[in-house]
Amino acid sequence: MSKIVIKAEHISKQYRLGLVGTGTVKDDMKRWWYNLRGKEDPFLKIGEANDRAVKGESDYVWSLRDVNFEINQGDSVGIIGRNGAGKSTLLKILSQVTQPTTGKIYTKGRIASLLEVGTGFHPEMTGRENIYLNGAILGMRRHEITRKFDEIVAFSGVERYIDTPVKRYSSGMYVRLAFAVAAHLESEILIVDEVLAVGDADFQKKCLGKMSDVSKGEGRTVLFVSHNMAAVKSLCTKGIVLKNGSVLYDGTAVSAVSTYLSGDSESLNHKKFGDEYEFNSFKLKEIFINPKGKTSSEALDEYQELEFNTKILIKENAERYHLTYVLKNDTGEALFTFSNTSSSTKLKNGENHIKCFFPKGFLNIGNYFLDCYIIEDSKKTVFYESDIMSFTIQEGERELGAWLGKEPGFIKPVFNWVQV
Amino acid sequence: MKEYKDTEGEWDHVIQSQTSLFDLRLNEVWHYRDLLFLFVRRDFVTVYKQTILGPLWFFIQPILTTITFTIIFGNVAQLSTDGAPKLVFYMAGITLWNYFSTCLTAVSGVFNANAGIFGKVYFPRLIMPLTIVISNLMKFVVQFVMFLVFVIYFYFQGEIQPNFWILLTPIVIVLMAVISMGIGLILSSMTTKYKDLTMLIGFGIQLFMYATPVIYPSSSIPEGYQWLIQMNPLSGLFDYMRFAYLGVGEFGLTSLLYPTGFAFIILALGIVVFNKVQKSFMDTV
Repeated sequence: MSKIVIKAEHISKQYRLGLVGTGTVKDDMKRWWYNLRGKEDPFLKIGEANDRAVKGESDYVWSLRDVNFEINQGDSVGIIGRNGAGKSTLLKILSQVTQPTTGKIYTKGRIASLLEVGTGFHPEMTGRENIYLNGAILGMRRHEITRKFDEIVAFSGVERYIDTPVKRYSSGMYVRLAFAVAAHLESEILIVDEVLAVGDADFQKKCLGKMSDVSKGEGRTVLFVSHNMAAVKSLCTKGIVLKNGSVLYDGTAVSAVSTYLSGDSESLNHKKFGDEYEFNSFKLKEIFINPKGKTSSEALDEYQELEFNTKILIKENAERYHLTYVLKNDTGEALFTFSNTSSSTKLKNGENHIKCFFPKGFLNIGNYFLDCYIIEDSKKTVFYESDIMSFTIQEGERELGAWLGKEPGFIKPVFNWVQV
Repeated sequence: MKEYKDTEGEWDHVIQSQTSLFDLRLNEVWHYRDLLFLFVRRDFVTVYKQTILGPLWFFIQPILTTITFTIIFGNVAQLSTDGAPKLVFYMAGITLWNYFSTCLTAVSGVFNANAGIFGKVYFPRLIMPLTIVISNLMKFVVQFVMFLVFVIYFYFQGEIQPNFWILLTPIVIVLMAVISMGIGLILSSMTTKYKDLTMLIGFGIQLFMYATPVIYPSSSIPEGYQWLIQMNPLSGLFDYMRFAYLGVGEFGLTSLLYPTGFAFIILALGIVVFNKVQKSFMDTV
């Protein structure tokens, strides 16, 4: 067992929706009046879970509700969740930018947070001056910065421009310099919000490498928020999934990612139909897609072999029908058509459950849509439904330091390569 | 095994909603003193960087105001200057007043002006008001030197009698800084939530100048209203400037007691209020 460095107990954060300013005096007076009589804040009892899509009753929402977790020294923890799940609020509380409405967080050691790169950079000042200023904002003393100055400049790779005002920098250089300062903080706990979205592949690799050194090599604790699942999987050892302000899962990074991704897979990757597709001669019952050997509630990632299933009841003359699907990308362009005519698997009278296999690593990451056709006698379309289902291919775990973005294209077939 | 005993006492820091009103964490401000220094430097280096006349603006603004005041209040309205030359009389008032009003305005808007940086990183928020007061002090010193040049000129003309009281100048300036920061801190805590106050402050400071003996000597106020001038904690400081440098008006050490007391009470109050608001102002700003 290692030492616990962050311990959150019953953290909640309430926000007031709408315009702050209208009616605040009234609510403030009420709050003050309750407080005066030693009663609890009346507005803490109201408030709803923070689901941005649903219009709520109350003006008060809980951005975080009763969040508990513990983080050990040297852990690198990925915090994942959808937009509005409370990730940023949690980071803000941890970095003391705002305080929780209720609850406590115990921490041990200096916390440095990097919610944004280059906070406090002044465009008129030179790179050198900004390194000092930014370092001091992040909590470093001047002599610490002086000691690490050369290292910071070397890491950033902007030696040549160090005495030029940062307004003359390209945006990439700006970010490099800013991250370099943050990366050299000597804090026991480092909190990083999604800052890797900027910078080129080479620099992303450098950042992730540095963060990995920080947690694995130097035994410091890293909290990392990202939507890039590949980055979370390769960098983090632990993961916390937030959903509507509560902790949905707290465990290893890999299973946290799959918990997060499979959140809606059940409904997305699996379509069950009632009698909307029932016709005289057939009834389309289910279409679903799953990774080989797993159920359709599992997330689909780029490295898996996928099974594409169709369940259909054919009432008569099964030999006259066949299935055809068109796979489209998220802009609606057809990528290819596939059908069971070309295979030896034919439809039969009665219940059918037929599978089609997509080879390992065939589809690139992204969203895909399917059009479904049922063809009679190889020429007549008797059923057609556009976008009958959609599914998403997620990033798989990649080697640390590898490119974490999406490669161009929609399919990535594996070809045979030989040395002649 | 000692390291397994993680009792509450061993935590370095607790983040929580309810903290004592007097948990000011002033030691943190001390730890971040380098940041204060760098912020002040930044302000000084960058403020006139894109202008053509550069630091000359430090001089141009007070000179133009002094000339305007000399013409309007001195020549047109013919307000008394207790017999001192108009130019230095107004300059004494304006130099000190400028410092007060720029500090007060800037400190009272500190949350709104720095919401971007405050929203991204934690450092003791008190650093920012301190930066404002110190940065402006630098500008004040430049203007004050110009004022001294005029004082020396008029002294050799034999029109004014500076005296040993000028040795108290640093104390008076510190009092000025403390009062403007104290009031500014209290106002800043209110402007984050009620933005209407920002409008009121700009306007209020202008009015307050007329309630302070900046462009007229305290002695020109009728007997019946003297108490109003005496209640204003700034009156003594302006009287001091004129007494020490120009040798006009009335002033004694007791005149500084009230401003001193006021300064430290308002600063203490300001820091407590500011500290309370800074913890959660991001939610309302």
